[in-house]
Amino acid sequence: MSARTRHATRRKLFSHAMTVLTGLAVVIVMIPLFWIIYECVLLGGSHLTLGYFTQGTPPPCSPIECKAGGGLQLMQGTFIVVGLASLYAVPVGIAGAIFAVEYGGQRAWARAFSFAADVLSGVPSIVVGMFIYVVIFYYDPQIVFSVTSGSLALGAIMLPIVMRATEEALRTVPHSVREAALALGMSRWKISLRIVLLSALPGVLTGVLLAVSRAVGEAAPLLLLDNTNLGFTGTNNPADTMALSIYLFAASPYKNWANLAWETALVLLIFVLVLSLTSRLLLNRWSRKWKA
Amino acid sequence: MTRGNPFRPSSSRRTLRAPRIGDRIFFVLTLIGALGVVAVLIAVVAALFHGAQPALQQYGFSPVFGRIWNPSDYVYGFVPFILGTLVTSTIALLISVPLSLGAAIFLTQHAPLWLREPVAQVIQLLAAIPSVVYGLWGLIIITPLMAADVNPALASYLGWTGLFGGPTNYGENLLTASIVLSIMTVPTITAFSRDAMEAVPRSQKEAAISLGATHWEVTRRSIVPYARSGIVAGIVLGLGRALGETMAVTMTIGNRNAIPTSLLSPAQSIPSLIATDYFEAITPNEIPALFEMALILLLITLAVNIGARAILARLALGSGVGAE
Repeated sequence: MSARTRHATRRKLFSHAMTVLTGLAVVIVMIPLFWIIYECVLLGGSHLTLGYFTQGTPPPCSPIECKAGGGLQLMQGTFIVVGLASLYAVPVGIAGAIFAVEYGGQRAWARAFSFAADVLSGVPSIVVGMFIYVVIFYYDPQIVFSVTSGSLALGAIMLPIVMRATEEALRTVPHSVREAALALGMSRWKISLRIVLLSALPGVLTGVLLAVSRAVGEAAPLLLLDNTNLGFTGTNNPADTMALSIYLFAASPYKNWANLAWETALVLLIFVLVLSLTSRLLLNRWSRKWKA
Repeated sequence: MTRGNPFRPSSSRRTLRAPRIGDRIFFVLTLIGALGVVAVLIAVVAALFHGAQPALQQYGFSPVFGRIWNPSDYVYGFVPFILGTLVTSTIALLISVPLSLGAAIFLTQHAPLWLREPVAQVIQLLAAIPSVVYGLWGLIIITPLMAADVNPALASYLGWTGLFGGPTNYGENLLTASIVLSIMTVPTITAFSRDAMEAVPRSQKEAAISLGATHWEVTRRSIVPYARSGIVAGIVLGLGRALGETMAVTMTIGNRNAIPTSLLSPAQSIPSLIATDYFEAITPNEIPALFEMALILLLITLAVNIGARAILARLALGSGVGAE
């Protein structure tokens, strides 16, 4: 074998080896995903009963009695906090996106709004929590630890996600659609809402679902603002939530609380994965429709 | 778009009829929404400056070089936490960058077409898992594994490097936090690298093949250099995520407020210190000191994110919000 063919063989072998290695990287990267799902199903699923959805957080195990309890109270808290957060973030995010796209178009200052949203989405969530802490402290120190401040923090986290997704969706609506409506004498705000926003709705919805799934799993700001093990008693009081109680119960010496952490993790994981998959499917089907 | 946007509010001088009142209201309302995003961003920076004010006034930025954190003696040094943050993020990237790039290369160059999209979507599910679930998994599953098997093995085989010295019985340490963080940065880096590699023109690849390049040489010399900016942006965004991660790190790093002596020693990052110390604060300047650290973290993550977004804006690859 000549030196040249030997060299070629070595190059080919090296190339094949690298292909195998990159394939291996895909496998390695997926291991933690399935490992986490497996542990949640194993450790959470073995205790999960229908009682999880009907009973509140149990008192810690004592030598006398040890109730399993459930996550009803946690789900209620999460639902209220994230619901309120969506109430703040979704209208503001959609309005901001409409402004950036419908009035700004491709201009540099319109891009600046999107840029601000992108940068905001990179702010660490614990920092957002501290920000709301300062703001609420000067507004009313009584409600620093409350559902209100927790939901404001989650709202600030959801806002850029909703705005950017809405923006991308609005930009896919062809310009000719707006011009046609304008030529028919429709007023601009009606065109923006009834025609552009409506045709971009699946894209907007995807963004909202994405933002909700992010907020539902967010525990860091709630640690500073909505930290309790009591149920919901009004928006001026704190209420316990799923994400934060996973943290609080994770290393609990009480068996029923430690189990509750895993059950909650499983329910949260299923919720978040379903939300994520739904939004992706929605987006795929919708973008295919526009391409057709 | 070269022609004028018909939605731009025109002054009445240019139109025959004054804009309808509904249009004016709508313009103002949407403007408020857009300004809201900018306002929140500015308010975050302002609020942290405000919270850090007492500490900034009394110590300035000297705590940045302080090696000891001992609030009960009014000693506030940030070095242990800055170090903890930087070391965990760096190791996380050292692990996740090769894996993510490998995955992106496989999914854009080698995998059969029908497999590419589904596998990429599965990898993106990693981004959907809440960080507190990563933390729970790290704390209950990974930590005991580290203490029982991984730490002793590292100490005996790689102890000579000096990185794995000291006691090996702590499962919650710098390395554990770094490993968990590395998994959390994989989806970001993979998504952006994949986008960038897919945007490489076919001709670029075909030219390399026609010169007799092997698969790997095509990737190495033609795909990766062309996609470099997008890959770098993805890595930087991954870094931004790692620097600010709170829950997963708090649950796995060991929460020890001192300079770590090895990768196997318990440590603390800036976010994890805030999470554990915020309500334990005793001395009056402790909370402002935490705010000053949060401010430093914020400024670093802002710089990191602005850098990455500037690269992406130049590439016009979109926001990646849908990709994450």
